[in-house]
Amino acid sequence: MNRRTFARTLGAAGVSLLPMHLARGEGEGARTEFVGVLVDTTRCVGCRSCEFACAEAHGFPPPDPDERVIEKERAPTVTQWSIVNQYSTDRGPVSIKKQCMHCNQPACASACLTKAMLKTEEGPVIWREPKCMGCRFCMVSCPFDIPKFEYDSPVPKIQKCTLCWERLQEGRIPACVEACPADALAFGKRADLIKEAYRRISSSPDQYVYHVYGEHEAGGTGYLYLAGVPFEQLGFPPGVERIAYPEFSKDYLYAVPIVLTLWPAFLLALSNATKKETEPSDYEMGHDE
Amino acid sequence: MMSNHGSRALLAGESRRFVRFILSELKPKGKLLTPFNMIAAVILSVAAVLLTIRFARGLSSTTNLSQDFPWGIWIGFDVITGVAFAGGAYVITFMVYVLKLEQYRPIVRITVLNGLLAYVFYAGALLFDLGRPWNVINPIIGNSFGVSSVMFLVAWHFMLYMITEFIEFSPAVAEWLGWKRVRKILASLTLGAVIFGITLSTLHQSGLGALFLMAKTKIHPLWYSEFMPILFFVSSIFAGLSMVIMEGSISQRVFRNQITPHHRASHRGIVLGLARVCAGTMYVYFFLHVLVFVHGQHWTYIPTPMGYWYLVEMIVFVLIPVRLYTQAVRFENIPLIRTASILTLIGIVLNRLNVSVIAFKWYAPDHYVPSWMEIEITLAIIVAEVIVLRWIVNRMPILRGLTEWPADGKALTLVTREEQRQWTTSM
Repeated sequence: MNRRTFARTLGAAGVSLLPMHLARGEGEGARTEFVGVLVDTTRCVGCRSCEFACAEAHGFPPPDPDERVIEKERAPTVTQWSIVNQYSTDRGPVSIKKQCMHCNQPACASACLTKAMLKTEEGPVIWREPKCMGCRFCMVSCPFDIPKFEYDSPVPKIQKCTLCWERLQEGRIPACVEACPADALAFGKRADLIKEAYRRISSSPDQYVYHVYGEHEAGGTGYLYLAGVPFEQLGFPPGVERIAYPEFSKDYLYAVPIVLTLWPAFLLALSNATKKETEPSDYEMGHDE
Repeated sequence: MMSNHGSRALLAGESRRFVRFILSELKPKGKLLTPFNMIAAVILSVAAVLLTIRFARGLSSTTNLSQDFPWGIWIGFDVITGVAFAGGAYVITFMVYVLKLEQYRPIVRITVLNGLLAYVFYAGALLFDLGRPWNVINPIIGNSFGVSSVMFLVAWHFMLYMITEFIEFSPAVAEWLGWKRVRKILASLTLGAVIFGITLSTLHQSGLGALFLMAKTKIHPLWYSEFMPILFFVSSIFAGLSMVIMEGSISQRVFRNQITPHHRASHRGIVLGLARVCAGTMYVYFFLHVLVFVHGQHWTYIPTPMGYWYLVEMIVFVLIPVRLYTQAVRFENIPLIRTASILTLIGIVLNRLNVSVIAFKWYAPDHYVPSWMEIEITLAIIVAEVIVLRWIVNRMPILRGLTEWPADGKALTLVTREEQRQWTTSM
């Protein structure tokens, strides 16, 4: 089995899993492993086929064909869910694809007060237009600054990679993965992708740093990265923690029901304790009598 | 049959009189072309045009918001600072209704009214900032409960707190309308509303700080800490009270015709008492900041531009005003208390803007700076609030306290005309 057929098989395994899961009844307990994509930056040639495929798959205008655009660091935009940047590193120029990381426990989804931003049970993080009120708290919360907002529109949407959620439901793999001519992208179950990532590291330890970006970052992400240089050189935001971001506000949210039940009781008790023997001639109440 | 007929006629007469009364109250009292009114008219007209453009063309037409800076001053100042300034209502109602500190009763109504209007206007300004404001009811209805979101909590609490504040305020409305029986029922709800309101305030004042907990890598470490919710809550106490002190000193002049001699006499004692509470809570707040600073080992950030900026906030706008409050209370110096309250309020504006805007992505090369249009609309919101406040204070028994009920329904209009002569202010 060569590399290419391996990736395809992995992808097929990932997809075949979806209808199975969807057919499964609710409440069976065992959660299906999320799907994701493994990006091997040592294989990426910076051709941007994924960018073009993404634009085509989601009906966006085709990206700038100028090959040099990858030299200047870009971020995804409202019409480009996925972009390729090139970084000069210790090992020369390295190209890397950037898009939504599809976190296991996404900050954006836990920030969303209407559940417009949703972590699907299969793994992709999607945005649902009818629910969103446009507060942009997802943008404030996302450690990777991924959700983009249509500031120019009176009916704005949040735009971000959905891991081709519609295509997955049709049994197809994400457009970018399908389009990659260099086999730098592999789609599959997250657990399988991690195994595959470590297999590649151990089979050619000189080629890779011993780090699968996204295995633990932000509590684990659907997109996983392999590289030959430390990831700080590849434009990942510094300081991303290895725990899931909703954990940061969990303590606060746990305190809420405590305050909500204890405060009224305390206040009522305090109010009774300060009650005077004869009620004072009330500034307000005095008028009715 | 006769009595039925008679009561129907009475009802018709009453409702006619009610409509006449409301219409007469809607008319402005006093001169219309005052400098304030003219400036206000200009600010409001410009804002109306800008908001039309904003809703027709999207947020980029009026704001400097970007993909890197999703929140600007409409959130950082209007909502987050505005709500902190409105904290006086829950503190004063706590002191009067729970602790039974009767000497503060003369300022309960004006404070609750200020709080209510602050929520209606400043939290209401959120609608201008929301990209899809028509969906604002989604967190309240349907199966869209994002219960894991701090924003969900804040949204619900804003709504519930506006209701509780309206209940706390409603006896004044009933007195204005001459609804004696209704007033009695509404007044009986006050303690419950107060207790619920304090609980809600504790949670959403801290909740505004908790909004930024997940933005850990984006807020400068001198401002980010896991204690942000507690710091926001503690600072809302003295922010609210400093606002009450400042508003009080303005009301004493602007609404001097409304204020009874009894109220004026008690004003000094009230201000001194509030200043004492401010000083105490500000010491606690400063101590908490020191703890966070030492615990976080933030010394290395001090000799940087952001470090100096942090020192300005902590020394000039926390340490100096708390010192002024302490001195002023000792020497019973009311003007010094006013100075302290102004410095404190500036400090709160700085702190809230630092967390939400200035120290947010402090590293970004193109940092967000508000556009003149964002500032203009913010001004318009403040102006609109002041106009509504003035309208209510000039009509309802807010500052003066109702001396006697109108003898019967007919007296209502008489009282109104009487009021018009007596309590004419600039409107």
